[in-house]
Amino acid sequence: MSEVRDFYETIEGCRTHILRGGQGAPLLFLHGANGAGRWMPFMAELAKEFDVIVPEHPGYGKSDTPAWLDNVGDLANFYLSFMKHLGLKDVTIVGTSMGGWIASEIAVRDSARISKLVLVASAGLRVKGTPPGDLFLWNAEQLTRNLFHSQELAEKMLAMPLSDEDRDIGAKNRLMTARLAWSPRLFNPELEKWIHRIELPTLVLWGRNDALIPVVYAERFREAIPGASVKIIENCGHLPHAEKSAEFVAAISDFAK
Amino acid sequence: MTAQTEFYLFHLMPYADLDVTQTDKVGSSWVTLPNSNYDPKKGHLLYNRYLDELEMGEALGFDGLCVNEHHSNAYGLMPQPGILAGALSRRTKNVKIALLGRALPLVNNPITIAEEMALLDNITGGRFIAGFVRGIGAEYFSWNANPAMSHERFHEAHDLIVQAWTREGPFAFEGKHFNFNYVNLWPRPYQTPHPPIWIPSQGSTETIEWATHPDRRYTYLQTFSPVDALAKYMKQYRDTAERQGWQATPDKLGWAVPCYVAETDEIAMREARPHAEAFYQKFLRMPPEMLLPPGYLSLKSMQGIMKAKAQMQTGDRSLEAVMESGMFLCGSAKTVRQQILDYQKKIGFGKILTMLQFATLPHDLAVKNMQIYARDVMGEIRKMESAPNMVAAK
Repeated sequence: MSEVRDFYETIEGCRTHILRGGQGAPLLFLHGANGAGRWMPFMAELAKEFDVIVPEHPGYGKSDTPAWLDNVGDLANFYLSFMKHLGLKDVTIVGTSMGGWIASEIAVRDSARISKLVLVASAGLRVKGTPPGDLFLWNAEQLTRNLFHSQELAEKMLAMPLSDEDRDIGAKNRLMTARLAWSPRLFNPELEKWIHRIELPTLVLWGRNDALIPVVYAERFREAIPGASVKIIENCGHLPHAEKSAEFVAAISDFAK
Repeated sequence: MTAQTEFYLFHLMPYADLDVTQTDKVGSSWVTLPNSNYDPKKGHLLYNRYLDELEMGEALGFDGLCVNEHHSNAYGLMPQPGILAGALSRRTKNVKIALLGRALPLVNNPITIAEEMALLDNITGGRFIAGFVRGIGAEYFSWNANPAMSHERFHEAHDLIVQAWTREGPFAFEGKHFNFNYVNLWPRPYQTPHPPIWIPSQGSTETIEWATHPDRRYTYLQTFSPVDALAKYMKQYRDTAERQGWQATPDKLGWAVPCYVAETDEIAMREARPHAEAFYQKFLRMPPEMLLPPGYLSLKSMQGIMKAKAQMQTGDRSLEAVMESGMFLCGSAKTVRQQILDYQKKIGFGKILTMLQFATLPHDLAVKNMQIYARDVMGEIRKMESAPNMVAAK
């Protein structure tokens, strides 16, 4: 197994926490509302084929919260600087949930350093009449149960002990998610106007049983991005990388290698 | 010289006809309690009854009448409190009218609040008191305002309103959230430089730091809190003011508390019990996620609460428990008077804002409560306070 580097880079004045491992074409993983402070099994799997780069977004986890951070567009501009700073080219961006929203905003702005886009249970658009679940009104147990299709898995997650640091980071991530996505809730009307300009090969991945951002949103992204393909993972909730990691890795591998 | 305590009559205008079993079903009286539970015919009667109760406050000798703002709930039916303050301003002649307060971060144009308050100040000829709050957490769900921007929007809206009241217009306001080319308030406020500003709070270090700043010196109100918290935050206010180079007098500190006075302790507890318990157990009821959305508290405070696993709102809320903690004053006039005097001696607040109607308390009991309180609590304390001065004057 390849070595994982755990390090910090200061970009746009923000000390940013990064995990990086593997070899191959660069794959930038953009996490969702829960952050990505640890090297997870699906990352190790992807690292067999890709140079996997997992930053924690500004305002999340061990990264700083910069004064300039008000919205997802700020993060999109940040990641353009991030890719330039690390000298990345021909990047496959994989964004889940909030990360998919950030990835879409990046690609609308400038796709010069990007080769492919994978949007997983992505936020960013709104299907009128089908609002996302209210993740801020759910309590911790409801949230976990709603994120997973398998309640057995949800129970396992709920039974895991939380350290004080986990709890602190959880509150920090939740605060930044509210700042970025409270209103309009989990979407940007400006993105809706311009997402059609994305010309990258795009894969839209979704769990059939997503209770936070329902699977009808996959169709919305396919309509919005010319040529995008959709893959639906059965018996899966909002976190395919965690709940169905083998299928998740296989889908990305097939699409991006 | 002994400073005179100021007495205010506070009303929430609750939906007293609420079928409280509905809140058990929904788990809240806020945000998600369907408005099919509100009957406009009953509401019409309630609003007029509550305005009557407040107006009665002037005849009973209160220094001021207080209304406030809440949204989408059965706990307090004044989503646009300026309307109620406006109704009171023409039906009263001498009493002060306090709007405690408007929730500044919720609005996209704070000038509407500057205008509304300046109007009230003009109509009343300077009897108006302004209150600024952030609203409670539930309001950020109902109004879809971003709680993570609550603090910064509060401060910027406050600056805009105070400038609109005090600077010659037109001037440009260039903020992050609010931008105007022509701030030019017509009417200007009646009082100079502007109406008094009070800051109601459940207690927060950040709020006290801000309110005690020498440029502001705003009156601080502790609302519906245990007496321990009241004592803690009032001491903190005085200490912080001193650190900032000024002496906080008792008139800078107020306590808002529901209260029920009757002929005897036993009668008071018997009459108040179902309504006081409905207030704390049903009307205030909401899940912690609704009470404290992310950003409503500073990250540090929120992390502290999560670590302490504070069981917000799940404590004992029986009448005995809320009386014990000082969150509800209840008893004969003698008992309540003594309690207020003891707390005041220990804690040093100069304003007391009693809510004498609460939750389901019916009109006849509310009026009896107001009459006994005005005569035998407020009236007696005023007599006691003026007596030593007369001796001293001789």
